[in-house]
Amino acid sequence: MLTQLDPTSHWLAGQIAGIHLFTLAGGMMIGAAAVLLYHSIGRIAGVSGIFFAGVKEGALWRWLFLGGIVLGAGLGAHLFPSLNIVSRPSPGIWILVLAGLMVGWGTRQGGGCTSGHGVCGLGRLAPRSLVAVLVFMTAGIFTASLLRHWLGVTA
Amino acid sequence: MKVNLSALTAGLLFGLGLMLSGMSNPGEVLSFLDWSGVWSPDLIGVLSSAVLVSLIGFQLARRKDRPWFEAEFPAPPKKDIDRQLLIGNLLFGIGWGLAGYCPGPALAGLALGNDEVLIFLVAMLVGGFLQQGWTRRRKIS
Repeated sequence: MLTQLDPTSHWLAGQIAGIHLFTLAGGMMIGAAAVLLYHSIGRIAGVSGIFFAGVKEGALWRWLFLGGIVLGAGLGAHLFPSLNIVSRPSPGIWILVLAGLMVGWGTRQGGGCTSGHGVCGLGRLAPRSLVAVLVFMTAGIFTASLLRHWLGVTA
Repeated sequence: MKVNLSALTAGLLFGLGLMLSGMSNPGEVLSFLDWSGVWSPDLIGVLSSAVLVSLIGFQLARRKDRPWFEAEFPAPPKKDIDRQLLIGNLLFGIGWGLAGYCPGPALAGLALGNDEVLIFLVAMLVGGFLQQGWTRRRKIS
């Protein structure tokens, strides 16, 4: 559990404002992955873009990147099984379907997701991506704070 | 070969980072997005540290003529700030806030014994293709 302040884990500066060292190290690995993909083959590490282009046109590198994400997460879970948790009740099948439809539609129409616009776009200082991040963050916060409760989704 | 190995390595690092940072846990994502409950700043910590690294990396890349293993950099992505961008990201954000999944963590969930991501990913695929079909129809008419 990463969020709970554990008095035994006040190591280094990682615990600033309750942010665990793993949080920052994991974030830096995500950033490093985006940098690696760009320096090696010139591609933007946007998961939604690579996912849909991969399904549509193939190209092995896309499938390897996507497969790498699955394997990398599996490796993490193997090394640190205590981190592999889902700390919220399942929202139920229909909310999952609705959420998936909106994320699929929205990332195609909006040209990216948290990785493409967030990690890469902000790193490239792209004004378009900054606008995208502000819009999806605001919508996500509004939805999780209010809409989920109005809809009666658990947790 | 080098292209494929690079993509695989980047994917591995990406997935490992998602898992270690807690972002493959939709409960962690929602505890950042949901301001009505116990709030956690972790997501901002992850995004900030990722952007810090990518900022440095992308600035260094500006001095390069070409990537290591390709003849040239592909054309830069779109720059327009238009209605498509706003509406698309609005819908994406709502979907993200509903279940706590964006595309990367949902994919990572496949390796974590988390069955609900299957439903989410299939719906995401359908949503994306519906959007692309809708775009084609709009262009024709």
